[in-house]
Amino acid sequence: MAESLAGLDTFPKLLMHHARARAERPAIREKDLGVWQTWSWRRFAEEVCLLACGLAAQGFRRGDHLAIVGDNRPRVYAAMCAAQCLGGIPVPLYQDAVAAEMAFPIQNAAITHALAEDQEQVDKLLEILPQCPTLAHIYYDEPRGLRHYDQPQLMSCDRLLELGAEAQRHDPAFLEAEIARGAGPDTAAMFFTSGTTGTAKGVVLTHHSLIDRARAAAEMEGLNDADVVLAYLPPAWIGQNIFSYAQPFVTGYCICCPESAETVMSDMRDIGPTYYFAPPRVFEALLTQVSIRMEDASAPKRALYRYFMGVARRVGGAILDGKDVGALDWLLYRLGDAMVYGPLRNVLGMSRVRIAYTAGEAIGPDLFRFYRSLGINLKQLYGSTETSVFVCVQPNGQVKADTVGPAVKGVELSFTPERELLIRSPGLFKEYYKNPQATADSKDAQGWFHTGDAGYFDADGHVKIIDRVKDVGKLADGSLFAPKYLENKLKFFPFIKEAVAFGHGRDRVCAFINMDMEAVGNWAEKRGMPYSGYVDLASRDEVYGLMRECIEQVNADLAAEPEIAGSQIHRFLILHKQLEADDGELTRTSKVRRLHVAEKYAALVDAMYAGKPVVHVEAQVRYEDGRTGSISADLKIRDARTFPPAAARKAA
Amino acid sequence: MTKADGRAGRLGEVILALDGVSLAFGGVQALRDVSFDVREHEVRAIIGPNGAGKSSMLNVINGVYHPQQGTIRYLGREYRDMDPHEVAVSGIARTFQNLALFKGMTVLDNIMAGRNLKMHTNILLQALRLGPALREEIAQREVVEGIIDFLEIQAYRKTPVGRLPYGLQKRVDLARALAMEPRILLLDEPMAGMNVEEKQDMCRFVLDVNDHFGTTIVLIEHDMSVVMDISDRVVVLDYGRKIGDGTPNEVRSSQAVIDAYLGVSH
Repeated sequence: MAESLAGLDTFPKLLMHHARARAERPAIREKDLGVWQTWSWRRFAEEVCLLACGLAAQGFRRGDHLAIVGDNRPRVYAAMCAAQCLGGIPVPLYQDAVAAEMAFPIQNAAITHALAEDQEQVDKLLEILPQCPTLAHIYYDEPRGLRHYDQPQLMSCDRLLELGAEAQRHDPAFLEAEIARGAGPDTAAMFFTSGTTGTAKGVVLTHHSLIDRARAAAEMEGLNDADVVLAYLPPAWIGQNIFSYAQPFVTGYCICCPESAETVMSDMRDIGPTYYFAPPRVFEALLTQVSIRMEDASAPKRALYRYFMGVARRVGGAILDGKDVGALDWLLYRLGDAMVYGPLRNVLGMSRVRIAYTAGEAIGPDLFRFYRSLGINLKQLYGSTETSVFVCVQPNGQVKADTVGPAVKGVELSFTPERELLIRSPGLFKEYYKNPQATADSKDAQGWFHTGDAGYFDADGHVKIIDRVKDVGKLADGSLFAPKYLENKLKFFPFIKEAVAFGHGRDRVCAFINMDMEAVGNWAEKRGMPYSGYVDLASRDEVYGLMRECIEQVNADLAAEPEIAGSQIHRFLILHKQLEADDGELTRTSKVRRLHVAEKYAALVDAMYAGKPVVHVEAQVRYEDGRTGSISADLKIRDARTFPPAAARKAA
Repeated sequence: MTKADGRAGRLGEVILALDGVSLAFGGVQALRDVSFDVREHEVRAIIGPNGAGKSSMLNVINGVYHPQQGTIRYLGREYRDMDPHEVAVSGIARTFQNLALFKGMTVLDNIMAGRNLKMHTNILLQALRLGPALREEIAQREVVEGIIDFLEIQAYRKTPVGRLPYGLQKRVDLARALAMEPRILLLDEPMAGMNVEEKQDMCRFVLDVNDHFGTTIVLIEHDMSVVMDISDRVVVLDYGRKIGDGTPNEVRSSQAVIDAYLGVSH
């Protein structure tokens, strides 16, 4: 980077730098009333200053925590920086969490001040006030619906800004001095991990670690202030925070906040981001949409699409990697680019994407190759909240579907004999908040962080992750059982939304299948199969047949891999409901909470192993508004064909 | 709680009063001597079994039907034989039980059409998008965008209405009516045919409109729980006659109302 950022060791100092160096360049855009509104770095900094002065006037002190609950909005990010200006610690919380889930972080950190986006979030905070007596100030951004609320804790952001302006008039030098007091080793933010197991833990990250990682990755990819990012994932998730807070502060690029969660697709087309992140499920949903729409297209268009996608599959990835493919293929690919890939990238809003990342879950090889063959530079990265995200990133030209890439500059990696990945990096977290036991358990005396992920280096020095160490189990006969590995293979089928495999300590593997309503619904429609709803469709023999085919294909695959050939799935059932975060079955980041599911549906698991053909289930479901209801159904259990390892290898 | 506390002091003067209204179609007596009033900023519900005369009541207020007897006073002035257009100009908007939207037009265009009464430039300028018409359109669009934001339909701006699910079409119909910036909004079964979640959303929007814009709301509704939750006062009709009038609690405990709904042997 041309400009010198030396000595700028905290986010507020970086902000003040940008407010001087690129005052009129865009910092944040937000679509409001159908028009993109731009906040320049200068305006953003002014807002941050006023909010900070207002917070200080309200008694917010160095070391205090500010809970922030809201979607991606300029003010949400301004509030984060405002807290940091005062040496305080922003604690972003998931905006779709139910009230009870917010109580723990607030109690844990004895939070006194909170900023809520709108009435919905204010209602949740008010609901937990009795359990959180420390919470004395709640500021809200969007006043709609809040006119008649008279709780003494409430104050609008506009009023807070007024207080800030007043305080700033009285003591104009105050904030500058406060910002100067901050230093790199100070705590910058605290993120509560989604907690696949047990309760959430507050991960404490310093300015130094966040800035170091954000910068290492930005330098590796050559990010600069001309880049544009769409901020559409929850700000409480470390990844979104890195892409829409830490990295713009390091490079000066602009982030864009969509109008609402439903408009993300069209907003993305408006903006045309150059740097993009999405978990595999988003890429998958996009591909499903494209496929469905292509099936509705006219026959010549479908033929054109099929032909050129074939060309792309053959040579697209190689062209993106800069490899030589021969003149004819190159020419065909260019033609396809003009007729199919270019327009398709445009529809996806990815025309300008230079770098796209995916992480968080394994991505299906077909899915991954689809985007790369279109000329979208999709790559995998590996990291977590505890490591300020960037641990491994695939460099341009060395991209593979089944690895997460080599270590990013500054990171040391090693594996334990149990195959657990260990990390030492300047981006490592300081501690788990008020939880020295958990900190000591995961960070050893030599500074190695135990990730809990099992994997190994492949031949090129890329890291390959197979499962969580604690989930890797053994079947009764002692052979390896990696449930996640099986589930991922199943989930790569468009008809399967989620799968949960059981087998540890058992004589064979059985699985729950969660069908994908959209894909299976479509499939049923095409066959003229009437159904009344999810439960009905999930119980159809035809759907069971469809799922069995998928499972048998996976079994055939597994049979070809000697170490895990024993993990072939013998029996399965299709669940009567979608696994939901609201029911505690998934984490907020949509990962299966295996133990919880096994416990909740213990009767179903037992029935599968007992060899019963049908099992009755009655389950509580929690609706979005917090009410509960129940569903009951008779679930069929079916067998799937398994393959002897040797025979399959011969066939392959 | 907050809702009731906040609204207690808000109800204003009587804005619309019907006195002894009777309406007959040949031999069928749709309304017989019905009198009630609506106060400013109020949510006023009209309920009753099928065929009780609820929709006729709205149509009378709306100027579609002209009652044979009785008077309607709006803002202190008696109005006689006004046609729907005049009623609309005077600040009374409505939504329809079976929706009145241009199915092939986008959500945005439908709501813009609702601004028609607020447009002052002539049709030629509008068609050619010349100076003053363009400026006016931008100003109108801003108001419409405010409504789109308010009703949270940003994602469907450019979607043809016919392709939207029913619950959303109802919301667009409400948006179109709101675009007139009415003083009184007549809602004809706003929750009919909706699922629980859509009903909850619609309730919230109706209350928000009432609260935020201060719009007086007269609604017909079948779903009793909805009516009881959101109305300030309720009129009950049965066979064209008014059999009850009061707060939801009063109406709920009235014997005549219970009889009309549950049926008694005559």
